[in-house]
Amino acid sequence: MESIVHLRAAVALIGRFPALAGADLDVDHGEIVLLRGPNGAGKTTLLRVCAGLVSVSSGTAMVLGEDLVRNRAAVRRRVGMLGHATFLYEDLTVTENIDFWARAAGATVRDGRAALDRLGVASRLWSLPVSALSAGQRRRVSFASMLCRRPELWLLDEPHAGLDSDGRDVIDDLMREAASVGATVLFASHELDRAGGVAHRSVTISGGVTVPDAESFDSVGIADLADEVAP
Amino acid sequence: MIRDAMLVAAKDLRLERRSKIGLAQVMPFAVLVLLLFAFALDPDRNILRQATPGLFWVTVLFSAVLTLQRSFGVEAEDGIPDALRLSGMAPAGIYLGKVAALVVQLLALEVVLAIGVAVLYDTRFIGIPLLIGVSITATLGIAAAGAVYGALAARLRSRDTLLPLLLLPLLAPVLISATRGFEVSLERETVSGWPWAALLGIFALVYLTLGSVLFRPLLEDA
Repeated sequence: MESIVHLRAAVALIGRFPALAGADLDVDHGEIVLLRGPNGAGKTTLLRVCAGLVSVSSGTAMVLGEDLVRNRAAVRRRVGMLGHATFLYEDLTVTENIDFWARAAGATVRDGRAALDRLGVASRLWSLPVSALSAGQRRRVSFASMLCRRPELWLLDEPHAGLDSDGRDVIDDLMREAASVGATVLFASHELDRAGGVAHRSVTISGGVTVPDAESFDSVGIADLADEVAP
Repeated sequence: MIRDAMLVAAKDLRLERRSKIGLAQVMPFAVLVLLLFAFALDPDRNILRQATPGLFWVTVLFSAVLTLQRSFGVEAEDGIPDALRLSGMAPAGIYLGKVAALVVQLLALEVVLAIGVAVLYDTRFIGIPLLIGVSITATLGIAAAGAVYGALAARLRSRDTLLPLLLLPLLAPVLISATRGFEVSLERETVSGWPWAALLGIFALVYLTLGSVLFRPLLEDA
């Protein structure tokens, strides 16, 4: 079966700096893959490359069957990305934000409301402007706006950041559910104890280059991974 | 594309309704500028009346810059450029939606300013159809060109100071044409004023076309 993500010697430049310096990666349909590595290793850039937001200067980059070197915009509508930013308009209410992004992606308002429910965003918050929400609540709303798009490939950058324990459990459940119904999840996290419980395998990225899977998650204990990233 | 444009326009107008920046800041600013012109030229009321068309459109341009800064400032916040790219909306649709929302806001401002010049400058509006024609085409031109440069400046740190520098010289033809159109209208020579409206229409059309094409690379580089 064709990989959902297939990178070979992929190079991506941020300005003149090679944030990805020849990354190789294969992610199959229905997999949940954890990207790990120190700060500045290139995890976020790799996720942005897969979303078609950063151009690939050389190498091969196929995502969901689309050649990102030729047309990186082609894949965008089919992926969902959660980054450090919330992707929300501060002055609009929760529902106004969700309705806008749902309809922009071709989903319905009902899909948006269902996603808010699924993320556990209390209905009493729906009419509040996003600026009045806590960081954790914003994160949930942001996740809901991604969820209602029903993406085929989830690209999550530190998805547990800023969330309480319940919120983290919801995110983990959603990732598992997504994979069980055929979506693919690629996520970066430093919270290896939690992430290790969700991911099928991990890929290490360091200095913009990926380390082969065999040397990472499957053959290394979670405690060892946690030690690696501890300050 | 039309669906995307309507979605973006509705969102922008909703943002304005929620934040009230236009109502609480841009409109008072515009009225204040009219008032300052009145203070400066009041000793000779005749000059004030004669200068009304120019003063009106200069005030509209200054206010348009503020409106544009707000309109594109919100699109530069908290990952919104990425979200717009990922949304799959047609860039031309986003552009036309931004333009439509700007046109609505600027036309509302112009109605308030028209009342302002009638009260403060003792101006009497006579050629109403021409006034409306000139206002709509000039506003469309300002919004169409402004949205291109607003998107261009939005990604720069110095956007607040750069936008007026980029935009105001470019809008000089709009200022001249709209002012002449208004002058003709106020002097009851409404028939000969339509070429100015037509010129403004051409300007708007050129920028609407240009913006629809250019907005994709502008969005990519944001």
